[in-house]
Amino acid sequence: MKRRDFLVTGTVLGVGGTLLPNFGGLNAIGLPANNGEYDLAAVRGGEVTAMYDKALEALGGIESFVKTGQKVLVKPNIGWDAPPERAANTNPQLVAHIIKDCLRAGASEVVVFDHTCDQGDRCYQNSGIEKAARDAGAKVVTGSNESFFQEVSVPGGRSLKTTKIHQDLASADVFINVPILKHHSSTTVTLSMKNLMGVVWDRRYYHANDLSQCIADFLTYRKPDLNIVDGYRMLTRNGPKGVSEDDVADLKALIAGKDIVAVDSAATLMFGSKPNDINHIRIANEMGIGTTDLDNLAIKRIKMG
Amino acid sequence: MLAMTFILFADIYEWFPEKWFDSVIYLQFVPSVLHFIAVFSLLTAGGFVAVLLLTLLTGRIYCSVICPLGILQDVVNRISRWRSRKKRFFKFKKAHPVLRYIFLGIMVVAIIFGAGFIVTWLDPYSIAGRTFTYLFKPATVWLNNTVTPILNNAGLYSASHKNLMQPSVLPFILSFAVIVAIGYLAWKRGRLFCNTICPVGTLLGEVSRFSLFKVRFNYSTCTRCGKCAAVCKSECIDTKNQKVDYTRCVACFNCLDVCPESALSFSPVKLKQPLKSTPEPAPGYAVSTHRHDKNRRKILVTLLALLAGKRIYALKKNKMPDQQKNLLLNEKDHPVAPPGAKSIDRFNAICTGCSLCVTACPTDVLQPALTEYGLRGFMQPHMDYITNFCNFDCVKCGEVCPTGAILPLTKEEKHLTQLGKAVFVEQNCVVYTDGTDCGACSEHCPTKAVNMVPYKNGLLIPKVDDSICIGCGACEHACPVDAPFKAIYVNGNAVHQLAEKPDFGEKKVINDDADFPF
Repeated sequence: MKRRDFLVTGTVLGVGGTLLPNFGGLNAIGLPANNGEYDLAAVRGGEVTAMYDKALEALGGIESFVKTGQKVLVKPNIGWDAPPERAANTNPQLVAHIIKDCLRAGASEVVVFDHTCDQGDRCYQNSGIEKAARDAGAKVVTGSNESFFQEVSVPGGRSLKTTKIHQDLASADVFINVPILKHHSSTTVTLSMKNLMGVVWDRRYYHANDLSQCIADFLTYRKPDLNIVDGYRMLTRNGPKGVSEDDVADLKALIAGKDIVAVDSAATLMFGSKPNDINHIRIANEMGIGTTDLDNLAIKRIKMG
Repeated sequence: MLAMTFILFADIYEWFPEKWFDSVIYLQFVPSVLHFIAVFSLLTAGGFVAVLLLTLLTGRIYCSVICPLGILQDVVNRISRWRSRKKRFFKFKKAHPVLRYIFLGIMVVAIIFGAGFIVTWLDPYSIAGRTFTYLFKPATVWLNNTVTPILNNAGLYSASHKNLMQPSVLPFILSFAVIVAIGYLAWKRGRLFCNTICPVGTLLGEVSRFSLFKVRFNYSTCTRCGKCAAVCKSECIDTKNQKVDYTRCVACFNCLDVCPESALSFSPVKLKQPLKSTPEPAPGYAVSTHRHDKNRRKILVTLLALLAGKRIYALKKNKMPDQQKNLLLNEKDHPVAPPGAKSIDRFNAICTGCSLCVTACPTDVLQPALTEYGLRGFMQPHMDYITNFCNFDCVKCGEVCPTGAILPLTKEEKHLTQLGKAVFVEQNCVVYTDGTDCGACSEHCPTKAVNMVPYKNGLLIPKVDDSICIGCGACEHACPVDAPFKAIYVNGNAVHQLAEKPDFGEKKVINDDADFPF
């Protein structure tokens, strides 16, 4: 609500800002804020863990998301049987770093899983995430066992009315979503919103019943508390798995924030597409789940290179 | 050996390196013969020669310590004797030479003419293999899935949940029926199966006539007490005439242990006759009629199955929603044979349906065929893309196959081996029928042979480039339309082909110093 309050002044300031010559060079659009109070943080040019630290600093630190004794779910993309260099799965170093940060903030337990597309155990192993997460102190559970999933209703769903979600999402106090920035053959890009197809059991239903609408619908059941898009390596084509390392570009970026639609909009722009051209992002914006309008957000832009 | 073989079949964690499979199964007779015919190399497939030499030296040691079905029968018989209150004794029985030679003849003809479906039901190793795959492995998986949550809760993560996918119950029922029948014989009569039906037993039995070492009577010390005959599970010791039927003796040596006078010994022949080499089994008879018959039956069965199938689909279609009434039925010209099979004909001729690949397959995409190959390939594995799809980087089936029906491929070879070609049916696709996003097929495609191209209203629709398609079935499996009306399916290649290597050009370089686009 705080955001609404200074929306008007923000717009004025924003317009004023654009008029000022060379306003920081970077913060050309958006609202100003103090460090720790930004809506969105975008970092470029650093190493993967350092970029995370900078981004979280702008968002108020992990402590503003994780309180002592809470159970945290960290949901990376582990969908494919491919090594980290292929950029089909989230960077294992980033996943491990987030887990340690959560535990440091006093989380009672950090759980990691994904309902994979390729064979589950091979994805867990070859992505490097299973080992990295366990070494960091997380509990890694399988997402390939239907008996771990329970039916929930999706209150604001248009195409998706009910779905089966993983029990460790149902029991998590804090939900941290850690997708990787990738091209995707079905939806052009796959980011935070699309990554949530890995917490449900029946993905086939999505595909058979208006994929983009279902992806947006799911968020009316639960939105992640924090979304961190790993753009260290980016799959530029042939996503979501990629065919070879030639499909990967070193983008060295990271985008984090609470508003899943805003985070995905910023990441889409980094990919080189327009948010409103991506059906599920457009629909989520129309449904009021979040906003694609980055101009009215306080964005911290950090260049580390 | 039984334990080792069983462990390979129940290796749900892929703990054992593929090399082990080779060394454990190397000596299995029928797979080895077929593998030899397939690759013509004694180094990779000389197991049967070793077995023949071993038999010439010491008799049917193969039957008592190498053949998993033989050992399994001993286990059943041991239980039967331990369970029964009355003491059970074996008695000397006459042999059934006619039956034995008929079965051996059928087997030889079947191997020569590549009639895998007959070999499937006679080879003892394959019978045991199917028992492990369709009966014991599900039990192992079930046990694993019961214990796993307990271990995980205790903080032990070495166990993990395994999904078991056996879409058809028929293989289970058939394996169960066969093993119950053999088990019944074993329970009552010991090694009756090995000495009446098993063609390997018969062949090795004939070879045993000329073995160097044999179980022999010492006529002067023997009191004809009959203790030896009572423990002989082959029922082949005739104490009255102090004779052993060497064609049936499986060299278990139970008799030696019980003889109170040590009148039985396992000793070399007193070389009065020179050793003969292995007799070449005579080629069969009535070959032409047999073949003709087989073809007719194949056509008949396939036809019946197809007719039944069509009828069921027609009924199913009536219940489908309106927009799906116009869906086209997937009609595959050929089923999809596993990578390394080279061609369906070759594969059908060699595979014995032992199902080691079915149980070893990590994704369960390999399933026993029912009607897919026709009668000829009944119970041989095929790529069942409704159950799952083939993992791009996995080459396990070729590594474990003991017969050479599935030849081993390197990862690089497999990535270019085209088992079939994806066929896109626009009329069935949800992008066409519903006007919504989908792309599940393209998403799962490992080579991007299935790519999404612009359609109308900003939607994307699949397009297939079959020059780089390898027929792995990821697209068919992922397609959300129910079978048999999939919008994309893999049409098997009768002869596997070489796919082109996907090439999408140079890597994109991004200046990480650039400004933010927002």
